[in-house]
Amino acid sequence: MRFYEYESKALFARHGLPLSKSGLAHSREDARRIAAEIAGPVVLKSQVLSGGRMKAGAVKFADTPDEAAAHYDAIVPIVVSGQKCRAVLVEEKSQVQQEYYAGVTWDGRRKLPVVIFSDMGGIDIEQVAERHPDHVSKTHASTLLPPMPYLAKEAAAKTGVSGADLTRLAPIVSRLIEIFFRYDLTLAEINPLAKLEDGRFVVLDGHVDLEGDARPKHEKLLAELGIRPEETRQARPPTDFEVRGAQVDAGDHRGVAGNVVEFDGNLGLVIGAGGGSLTLFDAVRKHGGRPANYCEIGGNPSVKKACALTKLVLSKPGVEKLAVMMNVVSNTRVDIVARGVVKGCIESGRDPAKTIAIFRIPGSWEQEGFKILKKYGVEYCDRTVSMYEAAGRAVMKMKA
Amino acid sequence: MSILIHKDTTVIIQGITGREAVNMTREGLNYGTKIVGGVTPGRAGRDVYGVPVYDCVRDITSKTRVDGSIVTVPAAFTRDAVFEAIENGIKLVVVVTERIPRGEVAQMVELAQLRGARIIGPNCLGILSPDEAKMGGLGGPAADARKAFTKGPIGVMSRSGGMTTEICNTLTAAGLGQSTAVSIGGDAIIGSTYAELMPLFEADPETKAIAIYSEPGGRMEAELADWVREHRSRLPIVAFMAGRFMDEMPGMRFGHAGTIVEGKADTTADKIERMRAAGIAVAERIEEIPALIRQELGKRGA
Repeated sequence: MRFYEYESKALFARHGLPLSKSGLAHSREDARRIAAEIAGPVVLKSQVLSGGRMKAGAVKFADTPDEAAAHYDAIVPIVVSGQKCRAVLVEEKSQVQQEYYAGVTWDGRRKLPVVIFSDMGGIDIEQVAERHPDHVSKTHASTLLPPMPYLAKEAAAKTGVSGADLTRLAPIVSRLIEIFFRYDLTLAEINPLAKLEDGRFVVLDGHVDLEGDARPKHEKLLAELGIRPEETRQARPPTDFEVRGAQVDAGDHRGVAGNVVEFDGNLGLVIGAGGGSLTLFDAVRKHGGRPANYCEIGGNPSVKKACALTKLVLSKPGVEKLAVMMNVVSNTRVDIVARGVVKGCIESGRDPAKTIAIFRIPGSWEQEGFKILKKYGVEYCDRTVSMYEAAGRAVMKMKA
Repeated sequence: MSILIHKDTTVIIQGITGREAVNMTREGLNYGTKIVGGVTPGRAGRDVYGVPVYDCVRDITSKTRVDGSIVTVPAAFTRDAVFEAIENGIKLVVVVTERIPRGEVAQMVELAQLRGARIIGPNCLGILSPDEAKMGGLGGPAADARKAFTKGPIGVMSRSGGMTTEICNTLTAAGLGQSTAVSIGGDAIIGSTYAELMPLFEADPETKAIAIYSEPGGRMEAELADWVREHRSRLPIVAFMAGRFMDEMPGMRFGHAGTIVEGKADTTADKIERMRAAGIAVAERIEEIPALIRQELGKRGA
């Protein structure tokens, strides 16, 4: 879960990382006032959950408060990689001597956190890693031992930093490592970490990603930073349909009916579980079908939950039919899902026989489930029909 | 033969009085697994389908040999439970629980490495060695498990629990049984990856080929491709790659916690290319897996 730059910096500030004077502007008047308070040249930066701001023109420099106000108006409408501007950070402009990079993230292969440091920071850090590997260091940290300051010192020293620069940089990187551990982050990054003309070091830009599964653990921090529980912070903001999908899942603790993602097709999908949904979504598309949505059911959802999800999918304009499909299930009960989707069709004023293009959930309690489907005239299949084949049958019916 | 578990493996369940754990106990016993005890703090003296419940792991390990533990406690208590199992000498820990922050998972993994223990999961359905034993919910009730899983020469590893059963069912229908099926878990960091389990299958004389289910996200497939190349594995591998649509949607999380396309190396196209380059056959559909396995075995004259 990505933080905006201003949120990352608020977190950094709590832990004593050096930052420039700044303020968050929600209006041109805010921008003018903050620039006047800083009383010197400023930089205005769009707050978006994406990189590439500079190239999109969403970062501008101003010498006067009036200029800052004008830049505010220019920046706000700019969409960067599909992300709208939330606010504009107005920050004191720094006289930079050199840019460094410091980041902590997970090395999935080693299953350990890795501290990445470079004395060639800035917007082209990816290219530096490829072209100047000797200027990028990687230092792994233990998850069992407390994070010690020497890790930061080693990370910087490996790129050739020494003298006063080393003793000034190391504590900053060390604090970044502590923040990474303390808040279950998947990325804590300072880029650039700037050395100013006067020799001081300042965090010019920062990027923090908090692990989604750790959100409950850090509710207090998120509330203090003003991050609301419904903010998903994915690659794009959730649609209204997706928000209602999350409500269906939260409405009943029994089982999962989640991760509803909206697409623009006509075939509604009630599919599961995690891997099964990925497999089935691919299969529908491979047959030329146009899914209206993605979702994941599993973990033995209740009749109420399966029914609510069915009604949600059927409420989406343009949804003609439903395909109800899963891999062979072990703990989800086929009869309960069957009851739920049939009920959902009826409560939506639709005939289950005509609405459900195919029901392919083999496994526990399948005989009981098939009995229900037979009664309502719904086409179903058992494990002798593959997931791919079942998806094909549903798509065929859409074309008929 | 099998890997990890067999009919004499002794197992405990941590969190045994939970709703899912009670089902797991019944299913495991019915499948023939030797479940020698369970742990739920404060519930000592009770029993679950005849399995005695204790307050601490050491109450069991001090009396009897315990080969493995199934951990199915809420996410907030999982790290503690796994540490308790490992520090009491248990060498195989299956972590069923999902939604554990990866920092805590990494701590479990690091401790396991220090103590010479192995973790399967988290966010997995466990292990099943057909006609021998099962640890975790994999396959569900014993009667259902016997339908989908049969004894034979194929080792199965899957990042999805449900798809483990689907693949084994497909293999079974085609007359190819399984030596052991492992639901390795859907998280970004897991205790045992494909490449880390390969040496076990490699050492098992009954295993003749491997089937894997994979997904976008992470470097596990690249790691497997490297392993196969470096070790000149005797075992042909057939992989199925789900979530190909995700290549068009970077930054969106679908499926499991570890399933997200963040860079080029995370895409399914890149993974397929790497695996094929290492000689791993990639099936377009699940139902092609049995034929591809036979074809690969034929090539090697097996």
